Amino acid sequence: MKKIFKQADREAYITLGLYAFFFLWWTLFAFGLGSGDPDEYSYVFGLPAWFFYSCVVGYPVVTLILWLVVRRWFADIPLDDIDAGENTQKEGDDA
Amino acid sequence: MMASVLPLAAYLLLTLLLAVWVQRRARSGASKNIVEEYFIGGRSMGGFVLAMTIIASYTSASSFVGGPGVAYSLGLAWVLLAMIQVPTTFLTLGVLGKRFAIIGRRLGAVTITDFLYARYRSDVVVILCSMALLVFFAASMVAQFIGGARLFQAVTGYPYEVGLILFGVTVVVYTAVGGFRAVVLTDALQGVVMVVASVVVFMAVLEAGGGMEQSIQTLKAIDPGLITPSGAGGQVPAPMLFSFWVLVGLGILGLPQTTQRCFGYKDSRSMHNAMVMGTLIIGFLLLFMHLAGVLGRAVMPGLSSGDLIIPSLILEFLPPFWAGVFVAGPLAAIMSTVDTMLLLVSAAIIKDLYIRYSLKNDASRISPKKLARMSFGCTVAAGLLVFAASFNPPELLVWINLFAFGGLEAVFLWPIILGLYWKRANAAGAVFSILIGLTVFIFLSVFKVPLGGVHAIIPTLAFSFVAFVAGTHFGEPVSPEIRRLFWDEE
Repeated sequence: MKKIFKQADREAYITLGLYAFFFLWWTLFAFGLGSGDPDEYSYVFGLPAWFFYSCVVGYPVVTLILWLVVRRWFADIPLDDIDAGENTQKEGDDA
Repeated sequence: MMASVLPLAAYLLLTLLLAVWVQRRARSGASKNIVEEYFIGGRSMGGFVLAMTIIASYTSASSFVGGPGVAYSLGLAWVLLAMIQVPTTFLTLGVLGKRFAIIGRRLGAVTITDFLYARYRSDVVVILCSMALLVFFAASMVAQFIGGARLFQAVTGYPYEVGLILFGVTVVVYTAVGGFRAVVLTDALQGVVMVVASVVVFMAVLEAGGGMEQSIQTLKAIDPGLITPSGAGGQVPAPMLFSFWVLVGLGILGLPQTTQRCFGYKDSRSMHNAMVMGTLIIGFLLLFMHLAGVLGRAVMPGLSSGDLIIPSLILEFLPPFWAGVFVAGPLAAIMSTVDTMLLLVSAAIIKDLYIRYSLKNDASRISPKKLARMSFGCTVAAGLLVFAASFNPPELLVWINLFAFGGLEAVFLWPIILGLYWKRANAAGAVFSILIGLTVFIFLSVFKVPLGGVHAIIPTLAFSFVAFVAGTHFGEPVSPEIRRLFWDEE
């Protein structure tokens, strides 16, 4: 089971890494493109470019990366202890 | 008036039927354990339902009415802020999901408090957490009911009380009858309704405003601040925006209503699928609903309060029948939050307090039938209390609700995270952290201490973290038994 916890921890770190990526994407586009004078904004599909990239593009991008990451690095580990069955389900075994 | 109520009534009836169907099916499955069946659905959720129930429990009246209302007043900056919540599902599941699922099965845990007790072996932790949960959830549920009933009144024209009775009774009945399975299945249905509703409202307002380009230019003419990331009049300063990365970002790992879902899914694959689907769907909802609020400003610029924008859009641009269909969206968001909280309140009373203390943590001391009846009765009683309080809401509850979200995080975040990831964390640390966290948060919020735009949750979590580490220093070292249970240490 120790190996399984190790895998779970690895997945938790990957999740936090992706979270940091989304944070950076969101911040850099919003403030990189949006801090100036609104009169000088450029537009994509009628939306200010900062908003288009940070919000409208950012979230599908992070979803796509998440999909790849989960497929590639998340393991199909068992959630039940095979050896510790006696510890679980103490109460009311039969209805 | 009638035309808009009919589809809504049909929808409410559908959720009730779903609950009855689920309950019958579960009974024929002859479950082995009443508590695990009623409060966590026998840990059988698949990916789609898991994704939807996390989203639906998380998104509430504020995502559908309050949030778009603020977006109406402040512009695209508020949509930017709302999008901070996109990672809710994948963060919860990715960080807590597997460890919770494994340890939850080892312990037979159905609530966060179960987990905290197993980790800290402290009655003080159990009592503090249960009390915090009961108080904050009660306040949140009343606030949700009020929001729902007001929305119902605005859209259908029927009195506040009629709406309250209609969906209040529905949600209490299906939660009590069907337990966890009914809650998550109706959450899935409600999630779908929310998605559909958000698209329709968005399309309606986009068309009314003459397309995206024209709407944005109209907004710019009203106030250029509406299309900047700092909001109209600079009312969304950067310190505030970044605070929300804690309040509705990392802090959500301390919300019992979403983290508890990690105990209830079937296998790793369900969790992986839920992470991806959940992120896709919640992002969609947040983007479209909040953007609808912003664009609403271009169409109906003169509203007295931003909160009116969504009901006004529905009334103005949708025929009555469709208005009824789409008011179901926000109502679904409300009901799916209340049902989860209601069941967790019931679980806190039955599992965390009654079974633990009155039955000495041995549920076999009373018959399963009696236990099932008590769980049902407890859910109904809690539901009726909240329902009754919503007719004439006590000031105190409405006031507490303002602090419920941050308050839950102040109580639960560090005990959960450090309990899982810091082997030395002990009961003294947890108790100290909860007390300091609550005190700091309430003090800062009640006295409105100026923090230069930074939200009170930031200093709160900083103080409670330090308190946790300091308290752990003075407490007992973690026993080998706990280390074995949580980390498989020899």
